[in-house]
Amino acid sequence: MASYRIGIDVGGTHTDAVLLDEAYNVISEVKATTTEDVSSGIYQALKRVVAASGVPVEQIHYAMLGTTHCTNAIVERKRLNKVAAIRIGAPATTAIKPLVGVPDDLRSILGKHLYIVRGGNEFDGREIVPLDEERIREIAEELKGQVDSIAITSVFSPVSTQHETRAGEIVREVLGDEVAVSLSSEIGSVGLLERENATILNAAIVDVATSTANGFIKALEQEGIHADIFFGQNDGTLMSVEYTVKYPILTIACGPTNSLRGAAYLTDHPDALVVDVGGTTTDVGVLVASFPRQSSLAVEIGGVRTNFRMPDIASIGLGGGTIITLNEDGSFQIGPESVGYRLIEKGLVFGGDTLTTTDVAVALGIADLGDPSLVSHLDKEVLKKVYTKMVDMAEETIDKMKTSSDPVPVILVGGGSILFPTELKGASKVIKPENSGVANAIGSAISQVSGQIEKIFKTDELGREETLALAKKMAFDEAIQAGADPDDLVIVDLEEVPLSYLPGNATKIRVKAAGGLLSERKLTGAAPL
Amino acid sequence: MRLLGKEEIENIAIGAALLGTGGGGDPYIGKLMALQAIEEHGPIRLLDPEEVPDDALIVPSAMMGAPTVMIEKVPNGEEAIAAFKSLEEYLGKEIYATMPIEAGGINSLLPLALAATLGLPVIDADGMGRAFPELQMVTFYLEGVSATPMVLSDEKKNSLLLNTIDSVWAERIARTATIEMGGSVMLAIYPMEGRVVKQSAIKNILSLEEKIGAEIRAAKKENENPVDRILGLTAGRVLFQGKVTDINRKTQDGFAKGTATIEGLNDNKNEECKLHFQNEHLLAQVDGRTVCVTPDLITVLDSDTGMPITTEGLRYGSRCTVIGMPCDPKWRTEKGIEVTGPRYFGYDLDFQPLEELHLVKEEI
Repeated sequence: MASYRIGIDVGGTHTDAVLLDEAYNVISEVKATTTEDVSSGIYQALKRVVAASGVPVEQIHYAMLGTTHCTNAIVERKRLNKVAAIRIGAPATTAIKPLVGVPDDLRSILGKHLYIVRGGNEFDGREIVPLDEERIREIAEELKGQVDSIAITSVFSPVSTQHETRAGEIVREVLGDEVAVSLSSEIGSVGLLERENATILNAAIVDVATSTANGFIKALEQEGIHADIFFGQNDGTLMSVEYTVKYPILTIACGPTNSLRGAAYLTDHPDALVVDVGGTTTDVGVLVASFPRQSSLAVEIGGVRTNFRMPDIASIGLGGGTIITLNEDGSFQIGPESVGYRLIEKGLVFGGDTLTTTDVAVALGIADLGDPSLVSHLDKEVLKKVYTKMVDMAEETIDKMKTSSDPVPVILVGGGSILFPTELKGASKVIKPENSGVANAIGSAISQVSGQIEKIFKTDELGREETLALAKKMAFDEAIQAGADPDDLVIVDLEEVPLSYLPGNATKIRVKAAGGLLSERKLTGAAPL
Repeated sequence: MRLLGKEEIENIAIGAALLGTGGGGDPYIGKLMALQAIEEHGPIRLLDPEEVPDDALIVPSAMMGAPTVMIEKVPNGEEAIAAFKSLEEYLGKEIYATMPIEAGGINSLLPLALAATLGLPVIDADGMGRAFPELQMVTFYLEGVSATPMVLSDEKKNSLLLNTIDSVWAERIARTATIEMGGSVMLAIYPMEGRVVKQSAIKNILSLEEKIGAEIRAAKKENENPVDRILGLTAGRVLFQGKVTDINRKTQDGFAKGTATIEGLNDNKNEECKLHFQNEHLLAQVDGRTVCVTPDLITVLDSDTGMPITTEGLRYGSRCTVIGMPCDPKWRTEKGIEVTGPRYFGYDLDFQPLEELHLVKEEI
């Protein structure tokens, strides 16, 4: 029996959906408008892509969703859970209380129940002091009926998860499964405050993630689809619904990641620069071995400093709907305002009244869209200057993201990619793949499952080689737990950072393994993937 | 005397990162500690060194250990107080004021948090004018001031009072104890009289950091590149502009050692810069020619924002401007170069001041 999969990606302007067969051929693709509640846009896209494909619904076995629900909830400070934050670290750490440095509006929502409890570990795994289990129990009692989600962060939990795990057990004993528990070691790396922030944010969006997941399941069921459901995370891999509702923060920024992954797949270029041109912005990312290069800096989400992995993306205010202002003296301004998804009513070539980048490209014969006669009256010389500037902006951003001056392949994707020429400075070649308008949804559909670990190892104990082998095995185990096929795993990222002023050649090692999905069907032998 | 509030702390933190010359630890934790302390106890009194009575007891405060430990095991603020109380008791004299020993990185902010909490004034001076990795690498040492008696305190309430025959021994013993105590401790160190501070410290360094931070932030607001303003404040010069193309790191003897290769852009097209670092940037060479070397300061700035980049933050593709700044004249003495010059760090070359190296280039 044939097996199909659906990939959906929610962007700021459009919600894209694709339906692929088992060889990843695109059977149908649609673009729906992203709605304010996000969900109805997803249902629209889902309905239409299934209808357009003509595929029997019982043959759709997988559905992958990359969504902005969680990001929006944090940025808009809406629909957040009632959270408590427990830090395990006293007598250390009290000089900076939880959420210091977080914007006041968010602090007032999330900072109602903050605790610092005795416990935590040293960099080498020793206990600072034993965990104050009594106090954890007391706090859990206090929190009965007060909160629905708890973030627990223990000092050096990336080295030893013992105190964090035990505290989680106690909280569950007292409060049962009704209250969600987020453990920091599952979310971020070394750097207490940033990891704690990320964990608190995670705790705050558990309900948003749960309702999003339930909504998606229901929407699929309404269409008669009984598929395995996965969510895209920001490292370009998938997680199960169960994992998603536990660690929803990992869905943040999965959109740009999906575009990158989709671009890699569509062009068969594992190492390239990807330029994703949307309605309002152009995002440039870097593919390394088919995965997005990760940012090495602290990342702010909704004004909160966090340290969990994020794709390294450079974004400029230049998209298909970006508004061009022509001045009387011949000068001009490009954006940053955009008509966004209203391009098809506002743009000149569509009979609207606003000059956009798309109109410029059409007038110069670079793109073929709408009615060119509606822009034929414009001064070509001025438009040429505008266009040159647009290309300059993109080229400059490309150059900033490159790792050397050697030319690299550049992949153009996204609805606005028609704006750009087939030659760009710094590019060895410019590739505009077929279906590039929905590369993000394709990226969502074809994603693999991964496991990542980031820990401090003393490489003197086992030697470097054995330490690395151990770290790799831990990453493999993580990936298998997340649903990867053990026979299909590869290491896709490995980074060693030696730490100064510590004995035993202490080294922070980050390893990521990824592989294809181990499907239920493979397990039961029903249908090979 | 003037007061330091939250705004000044924000600026000092940026200046501290710049004078950290790639190391010294991210000032972020120290900044948050100082901000919380000011919120709870009010602003900090900053004294010009000349305002300090000659016979007043001055005790600098600093953290020792791995910055990586401190960003995870954040202090509780009591460690530094315990160290101070213990040293005060041992010396039988009240401490008049504190100051940083290291202007670069996190150690520039921690004394400010302590000062706010205890209501002590801070002296506008330090012992390095930058960041260095070892305890004896301070101008006090050059003047024969002893690092001990010193006290190390951890968050578990362990305290260790050290009396050593010289500062190199203090460094050795304290370093080992720090590891056992959990990788990061607070120190009360280099106790000295006001007259000694005036003679041996690098003056007005906190004010300089504040100005640097203010300029960088102002430039950001006005969408300008702050590099020129920074050079104006520090008598520095641009050494190289380019893009990082390779980073080679390893840990050796507890130091994050390595080399960054930067490929030239703009005026430096077709040239290559090698940056050698051991926690801090110590040697910059362009096409094999030395352009700046320790104890002169080498800092890498993000070419777009002008914000300093640490050695850990350097990565492939970073677009950066490498700047050199002359160190305090105290370091350019024979003893200063012996303690912090290129040979101490294992580079087989003689120290040459930044200004002279630049002259050589212009002659060529």
